Amino acid sequence: MAEMRYREALNQALAEELERDPNVYLMGQDISVFGGAFKVTEGLMDRFGEKRIRDTPISENTIVGIGVGSAMTGLRPVIELMTINFSLLALDQIINHAAHIRYMFGGQVSVPLVVRMPQGAGHQLGPTHSHSFEALYLHVPGLLVAVPSTAADAKGLLKTAIRDDNPVIFIEHETLYGQRGEVPDDPDFTVPFGLAAIRREGNDVTIIGISRMAQTAERAAEQLAAEHGIEAEVIDPRTLRPLDLDTILESVAKTNRCVIVEEGWPHGGVGANLAALIQEQGFDDLDAPVGRVTGVDAPMPYAKSLEQIAFPHEEQVIDATLALFGDRKRASRG
Amino acid sequence: MADRPLPPPETAIDWLKSMTLIRRFEERAGEQYTRAKVGGFLHLAIGEEATIVGAVAALRPTDYMIATYRSHGQALARGSEPGRVMAELFGRVDGLCRGRGGSMHMFDLERRFMGGFGIVGGNLPLAAGFGLTSDYLGSDDATLCQFGDGASNQGTFGETLNLAALWSLPVVFMVTNNQFGMGTSLERHSAQTDLQVKGEGFGVPGLECDGMDVIDTWAVTAEALRIAREERQPVLVEALNYRFRGHSIADPEDYRSAEEVLEWSKRDPLVTFADRLIAEGVINEAQREAIDLEAIATVDEAVAFADASPEPDPSSLYDDVYVLSDQVRGWYSADHRGAGLQKGEELA
Ligand SMILES: Cc1ncc(C[n+]2csc(CCOP(=O)(O)OP(=O)(O)O)c2C)c(N)n1
Ligand SMILES: [Mg+2]
Repeated sequence: MAEMRYREALNQALAEELERDPNVYLMGQDISVFGGAFKVTEGLMDRFGEKRIRDTPISENTIVGIGVGSAMTGLRPVIELMTINFSLLALDQIINHAAHIRYMFGGQVSVPLVVRMPQGAGHQLGPTHSHSFEALYLHVPGLLVAVPSTAADAKGLLKTAIRDDNPVIFIEHETLYGQRGEVPDDPDFTVPFGLAAIRREGNDVTIIGISRMAQTAERAAEQLAAEHGIEAEVIDPRTLRPLDLDTILESVAKTNRCVIVEEGWPHGGVGANLAALIQEQGFDDLDAPVGRVTGVDAPMPYAKSLEQIAFPHEEQVIDATLALFGDRKRASRG
Repeated sequence: MADRPLPPPETAIDWLKSMTLIRRFEERAGEQYTRAKVGGFLHLAIGEEATIVGAVAALRPTDYMIATYRSHGQALARGSEPGRVMAELFGRVDGLCRGRGGSMHMFDLERRFMGGFGIVGGNLPLAAGFGLTSDYLGSDDATLCQFGDGASNQGTFGETLNLAALWSLPVVFMVTNNQFGMGTSLERHSAQTDLQVKGEGFGVPGLECDGMDVIDTWAVTAEALRIAREERQPVLVEALNYRFRGHSIADPEDYRSAEEVLEWSKRDPLVTFADRLIAEGVINEAQREAIDLEAIATVDEAVAFADASPEPDPSSLYDDVYVLSDQVRGWYSADHRGAGLQKGEELA
């Protein structure tokens, strides 16, 4: 174990995989000389050279397409898009090509491609630079979607993503890059896809947090315990495709209540999807409707005062949780 | 017809056979469409056979070929079995893509025919990706990427040519200028109508060929491939041609006159090439007839093969959505249902 930042954990994963497999290469804007907009790829050019750490022009759709083409013919590209906001320009290559090529050609080829990119609000960057798009990519069959919220998961999931033969959308979070965590240094350490992490155990309510919201959920859970006597079980799914629905359903069977927390918009969101699955598969276990906490249904405003109320914080998670208990729990407190 | 010398007789005859097969195949595919054996869109390449056969003839078997939704001909020219191409049109299990892609999405990995793509301009970045693989692995495989005049207006055109030149990728981009993007004529969709110069600003030199002449197309493509392969310099080739049929089967063709079509049909690449082979004593009338009958027989067999091929089994619906492994244990593990026994399901 070593303590390191989320960005360093990602850097270590990239370096280890570049070391392990000569066909792994990196491509993205400002990733070599500049070291990456968030410094994730710092130092890799010196170590692996420009052939494998490739700076690209600002041509998102084509960069992803070149990745797809090279993945179809034997390489294992890891693409960095500067932020998830710019992935909108690459949607054609991500959805029509990366995700569907294997299927539409009857399984003749695979596309072992990773597209890494950070998401998230909170830096006063306004509507075009503050998106959270896990729901958008979750929607697409053919893609795998990872949303690491800790340094260890960032490393372990990225290594799994690079080794997997499917196209992986690897969603990092801008505000997590500087966070520290314990990370195994064993080069064989990986985190499997489709295995949720239980961040905190509890019997009263299940709170599912997506991406950075897994941390918000954990902090809210501590407050719920301290101030309201509610013991929440906090689950971080870590990957949305494949989804570890079994762990979620087991938890809900125990707690009988569930709240889902995400940063993106409410309509067609991850929470909407999970709520549907939970009521389909676990209706009899529920004592209350599934609660959702999401970003507000509006573009992201610039003004700090507005931005801070436009995406979830502990307070909204606590309110949504308390609402599931109605008057009973609150009365017992009072 | 350009006055380039004929290739050796066996080569010339092969090209004529290949063009004839494409013509007869496309005609029959159109017929099968009107009989509802073929669904979706059907884009025929009738009139464009010389562009296809000439370009493919310039490739090595290990080179990558990638094209558009109008690419039954490319598959056939690359050597895919006609029966499997027809079966794909019919949506049957023996189709090249097991009935997953249909007319617009042919693919034959074994022959390095890398598809058939339905998105206009979507195939250019992939071609650069193949080029990057060749470069990265130090192989001298080249890539030929065909796309339409309409596609030259897509963002991927400029983005890809820039990157290919910047990275010295061994790719030949061939814009098949058949004068129209659907019903919009070249001068109505492109400010620059001399398409071969459209790459210059990106560092990609242009060449032009007569896409109605299989020999000229072959010669220019071969030179472009040489430049790409040996000089590591991507090239843009403009192949001037004309499609004799509508954009797809359902096209009333109000955007062009019958006279214009008639004028171009005088340059029918099949007819002019066969005429020349006869005039220069390579074949005689009887041989031309025999080549045609052979193509028709091959297409008959292809239809019979496709007809006999079963529909895909419903249980195959989720096949190949994912590569399965420890991480993705079945389609269900990435699907919405979860891996365990579902409510309402019986234990088998
Ligand atoms: C991105 C995209 N936009 C629109 C279409 C619909 N469409 C299909 S073919 C076509 C015309 C393309 O013309 P061109 O590139 O000249 O190729 P051609 O059909 O003449 O071979 C259009 C607009 C599409 N398939 N993809
Ligand atoms: Mg055209």
